[in-house]
Amino acid sequence: MITSFVLKALDRNIVWVTALLLVIAALVPALNLMTAPDHPLHIPTYIVSLFGKYLTYALLALALDLVWGFCGILSLGHAAFFALGGYAMGMYLMRQIGARGSYGNPLLPDFMVFLNWKELPLFWHGFDMFWFAALMAVLVPGLLAFVFGWFAFRSRVNGVYLSIITQAMTFALLLAFFRNDMGFGGNNGLTDFKDILGYSIQSNGTRSALFAASAIALALSLVITSGIVRSKYGKVLIGVRDAESRTRFLGYRVEHMKLFAFTVSAMMAGVAGALYVPQVGIINPGEFEPANSIEVVIWTAVGGRGTLIGPIVGAILVNGGKSIFTAAFPEFWLFALGGLFVLVTLFLPKGIVGTARQVIERRRDYHKARQAEAARALAAEPQAAE
Amino acid sequence: MNTLASNAKPTSILYLDGVSVSFDGFKALNSLSFVIEPGELRAIIGPNGAGKTTMMDIITGKTRPDEGEVFFKGAVDLTQKDEAEIAQLGIGRKFQKPTVFESHTVWDNLELALNRKRGVFSTLFYRLTAEDKARIEEILSTVRLTNRKDDYAANLSHGQKQWLEIGMLLAQEPELLLVDEPVAGMTDAETTETALLLKEIAKTRSVVVVEHDMGFIRDLGVKVTCLAEGSVLAEGSIDFVSADPKVIENYLGR
Repeated sequence: MITSFVLKALDRNIVWVTALLLVIAALVPALNLMTAPDHPLHIPTYIVSLFGKYLTYALLALALDLVWGFCGILSLGHAAFFALGGYAMGMYLMRQIGARGSYGNPLLPDFMVFLNWKELPLFWHGFDMFWFAALMAVLVPGLLAFVFGWFAFRSRVNGVYLSIITQAMTFALLLAFFRNDMGFGGNNGLTDFKDILGYSIQSNGTRSALFAASAIALALSLVITSGIVRSKYGKVLIGVRDAESRTRFLGYRVEHMKLFAFTVSAMMAGVAGALYVPQVGIINPGEFEPANSIEVVIWTAVGGRGTLIGPIVGAILVNGGKSIFTAAFPEFWLFALGGLFVLVTLFLPKGIVGTARQVIERRRDYHKARQAEAARALAAEPQAAE
Repeated sequence: MNTLASNAKPTSILYLDGVSVSFDGFKALNSLSFVIEPGELRAIIGPNGAGKTTMMDIITGKTRPDEGEVFFKGAVDLTQKDEAEIAQLGIGRKFQKPTVFESHTVWDNLELALNRKRGVFSTLFYRLTAEDKARIEEILSTVRLTNRKDDYAANLSHGQKQWLEIGMLLAQEPELLLVDEPVAGMTDAETTETALLLKEIAKTRSVVVVEHDMGFIRDLGVKVTCLAEGSVLAEGSIDFVSADPKVIENYLGR
């Protein structure tokens, strides 16, 4: 059952990208750790971390593509699931600081001491264990998506209305996490991390390992998502996107179909957030900003909605552009981003990967037609000779 | 209300009694009652706004009636169920505008329609069996789309899309089929073919056809129900109904 699921997932492009990601996962850390800093092939640690961050963004965009590209749910709140996964990881990293904080309290993180709290809130228990935090990074976003989706899809909230309530969801979380008495560090968030699984979070080795983990998580998620969209379930999902009522009148429970995709997608976003936080060293309520979720939509649109590989390409290109642009002309970045979105919508509605695929297909059809014509001419010739 | 209808309830496949529904004060259906027998092919005619599509919405669970009874096979109360449940019970619906999955191939359209488990996990791990393959091929030849099975539904002609949708309904294996204007926009040849196809289908299940095309209704040669302003105006053979002065005034005369 599982093997057939995976086999169906692997078309040629997916295999290539997955293999590429796995090669990168091994090669980049090797070039960072095993070459001298003046070696021409050496990759400096800051680049490793920067691209590690891009890979987590790519995973977030891939998660969005599952719901937006294949099921037509334009979620404008996906960064919320990402941030929740990030907070779960951040809580683990805070607990790892232990007595090394500025107040030296072995149990309470600094901000709690500062707020004069006497004991650890209940929901911080268990986060001293990595496995628990990792589990929560997946379960909490998944549960939120499940509950949210349950109500939204059952009430048949669709289209722009759904997009608006997803924005409201992330905005509500933003306001909640800003409050000090929520117990998540208020507007400063969680930071000053020291180590992860006993390794210093600043060391080159840890940075490389986090990069590799991000690349592997992305490769795995790509195979899983591809398996999902190529199964019969995936075809139903596309059916829901294109003709929802037809799917319903065929006897499919549209709300269940949407709920499954939305929940899986939120869980993937949570994984991305959990990998993101140790690489950037901070998580704060700013990650819940509605604009963040909209940016994810732009990455996905630029790369190509509904192509799985497109969102990965889009996330890396747009964020790479952002890093260069904000260093050179910081004040113009938002204009450039907005302009990019308008240009892509107008001239590349299928995104980079979608358009490339279209060109290749057209060329193939053209060649096929020419070959068929040639074959026909060849077949007609002997008769003409007679 | 209608004693004749009440007596027919236990043996009927579809039973509507005193069904009314209004939208913003407009009475779309006004105490509509009729009965379809198992294996019957019934044509429903009526002017625009007579409530034909609303009637289909009520039978398939899209709209809830304000009052009245709707029973399937004499025992199942359809007013308490939603679209997916009703579809799974065995009622298929063809829309007025052909509605197929345009970005899927003809084959995939039929595979999705095939009467198999509809859950998330059963579809996620579904594998095409030899039996399912044979069934899809059979339907493909019934609706004359075998040589287009790998084409995207978006690239089919209008008539072919109508047939694909009928094929999808067949794949669903319903006991009752509701067909809304199957020949709208079809050529004369296609219309004749469609009448043959529907008669073929009606051999093994009940079919209700809503249509405007009187020639097509004559081709079918079945019992006709004429609706107007949300209730039944006349019922009987096509010649009987078209001779009815009320029908002429309300529908044919215009």
